[in-house]
Amino acid sequence: MEPMEALVAQIQGLSSNEGDISRLHSILKQADDSLRLDSTRLSAVLSQLEPSKHSLGYLYILEASTSVPMSKEQADMLVPVITRFINSCAAEHIRLAHDKFVSVCKRLKDQVMLLDAPMRGVAPLLTAIRKLQTSTEHLTPLHPEFLLLCLLAKCYKTGLSILEDDVFEFNQPRDLFLYCYYGGMICIGQKRFKKALDLLHNVVTAPMSTINAIAVEAYKKYILVSLIQHGQLSASLPKYTSSVAQRNMKGLCQPYIELANCYSTGKIAELENYVQANREKFENNNNLGLVKQVVLSMSKRNIQRLTQTYLTLSLQDIASIVHLNSPKEAEMHVLQMIQDGEIYAAINQKDGMVRFLEDPEQYKNCEMIEHIDSSIQRIMALSRKLTVMDEQISCDQLYLSKAGRDRQRYDFDDFDSVPQRFNL
Amino acid sequence: MEADDQTSGAMIDEIYANGGDEEKCRRPIISGEQLDVEAYASLYKGHTKILRLLFIADHCENNQTMQLEALRMVYDEIKNGENTQLFREVVQKIDGRLGTNYGMDEAWCDMVDRRAEQKKEKLDNELNAYRTNLIKESIRMGYNDFGDFYYAHGQLADAFKSYVRTRDYCTTSKHIIHMCMSAILVSIEMGQFPHATNYVSKAEQTPEALDPATIAMLRCAAGLANLEAKKYKLAARKFLETGQVLGNNYNEVIAPQDVATYGGLCALATFDRTELKNKVIDNLSFRNFLELVPEVRELINDFYSSHYASCLDYLGNLKANLLLDIHLHDHIETLYDQIRHKALIQYAHPFVTVDLRMMADAFKTSVAGLEKELEALITDNQIQARIDSHNKILYARHADQRNATFQRVLQTGSEFDRDVKSMLLRANLIKHDCNLRQSRRL
Repeated sequence: MEPMEALVAQIQGLSSNEGDISRLHSILKQADDSLRLDSTRLSAVLSQLEPSKHSLGYLYILEASTSVPMSKEQADMLVPVITRFINSCAAEHIRLAHDKFVSVCKRLKDQVMLLDAPMRGVAPLLTAIRKLQTSTEHLTPLHPEFLLLCLLAKCYKTGLSILEDDVFEFNQPRDLFLYCYYGGMICIGQKRFKKALDLLHNVVTAPMSTINAIAVEAYKKYILVSLIQHGQLSASLPKYTSSVAQRNMKGLCQPYIELANCYSTGKIAELENYVQANREKFENNNNLGLVKQVVLSMSKRNIQRLTQTYLTLSLQDIASIVHLNSPKEAEMHVLQMIQDGEIYAAINQKDGMVRFLEDPEQYKNCEMIEHIDSSIQRIMALSRKLTVMDEQISCDQLYLSKAGRDRQRYDFDDFDSVPQRFNL
Repeated sequence: MEADDQTSGAMIDEIYANGGDEEKCRRPIISGEQLDVEAYASLYKGHTKILRLLFIADHCENNQTMQLEALRMVYDEIKNGENTQLFREVVQKIDGRLGTNYGMDEAWCDMVDRRAEQKKEKLDNELNAYRTNLIKESIRMGYNDFGDFYYAHGQLADAFKSYVRTRDYCTTSKHIIHMCMSAILVSIEMGQFPHATNYVSKAEQTPEALDPATIAMLRCAAGLANLEAKKYKLAARKFLETGQVLGNNYNEVIAPQDVATYGGLCALATFDRTELKNKVIDNLSFRNFLELVPEVRELINDFYSSHYASCLDYLGNLKANLLLDIHLHDHIETLYDQIRHKALIQYAHPFVTVDLRMMADAFKTSVAGLEKELEALITDNQIQARIDSHNKILYARHADQRNATFQRVLQTGSEFDRDVKSMLLRANLIKHDCNLRQSRRL
């Protein structure tokens, strides 16, 4: 066991300053393969190391020791070990071995899934994300894993906390797709339909050369959420959507498109019949719950439309116009909507009349001004970011060579003979 | 608030009473007068007479006497012409219901057909002779004769082709006008109204000044084409521009009475108040047309002076007859709906509050029905108001510009925010993809 003990000693000795750490890193890289061969005996070595002090070494050994498939009992033992490591490790160290850390975290996810206790992975993964990301705009490969665990554990609120950040950078497009898709589902769970729509929209309109399953599923949910949020589905995808998506999406989501058409007629009975007839399809896609919300949203929308037209209306009339069964049901709907702030109205129970009011917001108070001010600041920041990005791209060599090549129809290989102005 | 209601309520009372009283002094509106087929038919000549009568016969199945009357006149009219194909169809339609005098006349048919055969041969020979001699004018005449021949025998597509062929041999603008007029006539009969528009503009482009009668005819043709294309406003303009000289010159297409009716209804459905006043009521030449159809004149005046009930009454009475009109038939529902909507909008426009019961009285409808109509108009944003269904009052609603602006600004801001963010993401995705491909190539 000479080499192992020597390695431990090196880890212990070389974990203090930066120069040492980089030396240690190269030593560990060389030792990686031999560590894997010895994976069974590594747990003993782990106990000699301090996760907070020897983060890098601990990470390599932990990664190697978890590389073999394991049973439920072993997983149960290992979860607290990894959790403790994630909580106490030093962020600068683990960022050096980015992939190792990601793979350890993914194994943690697999283990909690194996143990059927996704809740146990939520908090450690959140910590891991925060430690791994260099800025809040950075999307780590752990984001989708974390959101998946949140979904399974139904910890939607925790999930929302990372969805608040706007991400721009990512390592793999797949991470981004999954992040937006799972994020959309979490927002749906929290009934934040606007945010959900934005996230799903990102997936659907993302540039892609072949159609992918994530985008198709996202589009199905996008249709449903769009109906709930706006009461309609725009007939075509925006023109920046990739051509494969524009061509194939509609065909792949036929029942959903038809549902949207049915919705646009405004007849609740027809919609219900359609949903009943296609119940199985929606159920197979695990979208039945959302479809039911769509049906519910229709009566809400109809009531909302009434507020544009009427000042007072009896509950009886509301029930008949919106196709509800009884005035009582209409009253419940109106009450619920007043509570949710979706309409402004007062119910007079004595004569069964509803009085619709105007939006009381006068845009005169301090909060509104603050809100507007912060929006202006936000948009100014965004516009600065846009300028920076534009400058970056216009100086990007790859972009320029491509743009120049496309214009001139030169192949990349004989690009050298092209005048220098394209090379910048 | 309450005091306000009362005053405005009283005001409505007064205004309504005004309209109501005057109404009583007027002569009663004759209701549902049946169309006098003979008088109607005498307005037209040529093919349109036959077609219009046939149209009436096809569309008044529940009125046997009228149908037979129309068919009888068609029979007589066709006998004067040479269209044996149509003759056979009409005889089939009559089906012996008009006695032996109006049965199948094989001898006549054979004779006409034989003569047609001969004439065609003769025309053919003549045309060939002209063509070998290359005399432009004669070739034009030859094609024109062919056109006339086909037209008389009801072969409209061939007639149209022959008339259009004369175009290459036209030497003066008079010839061009003649060609255009023939083409317009045939295309209107075929129902090919885009062709009609086409040839109207061709005729109008001729360098020499046209005589007023031709201009009037062209205006009518353009009006008809626009009417069929559902461009009611343009149609109204064209009919209104039609000069008095039209008279009975264009009876093979349209009677001056029709100009008044088509133009009046289209104008009513699409013009706003000032336009209605300037272009219809104060239009001297159109007034002469309106004199021919007093009902339309009355209803336009009623509409302008806000006597909607009597206006709608007139419209209701005219409806049955207008439905028997070959050109107006398809558009009458749309035009009527538009006129009614305009009336509702104009009625509600000057008031802050309107009592729905009085409004319903003025429009001769029930409060519930009126509420439905108003609801549709408000949803369409044609009336800015809200209905107090409890007290049956319509309140005008004045949009708060300031609030609306704030709302719009905030919304635009958040849309921009969202769009830019998703654009940046897409840009990054493309960049990633691009980098990947490059690194693979290198």
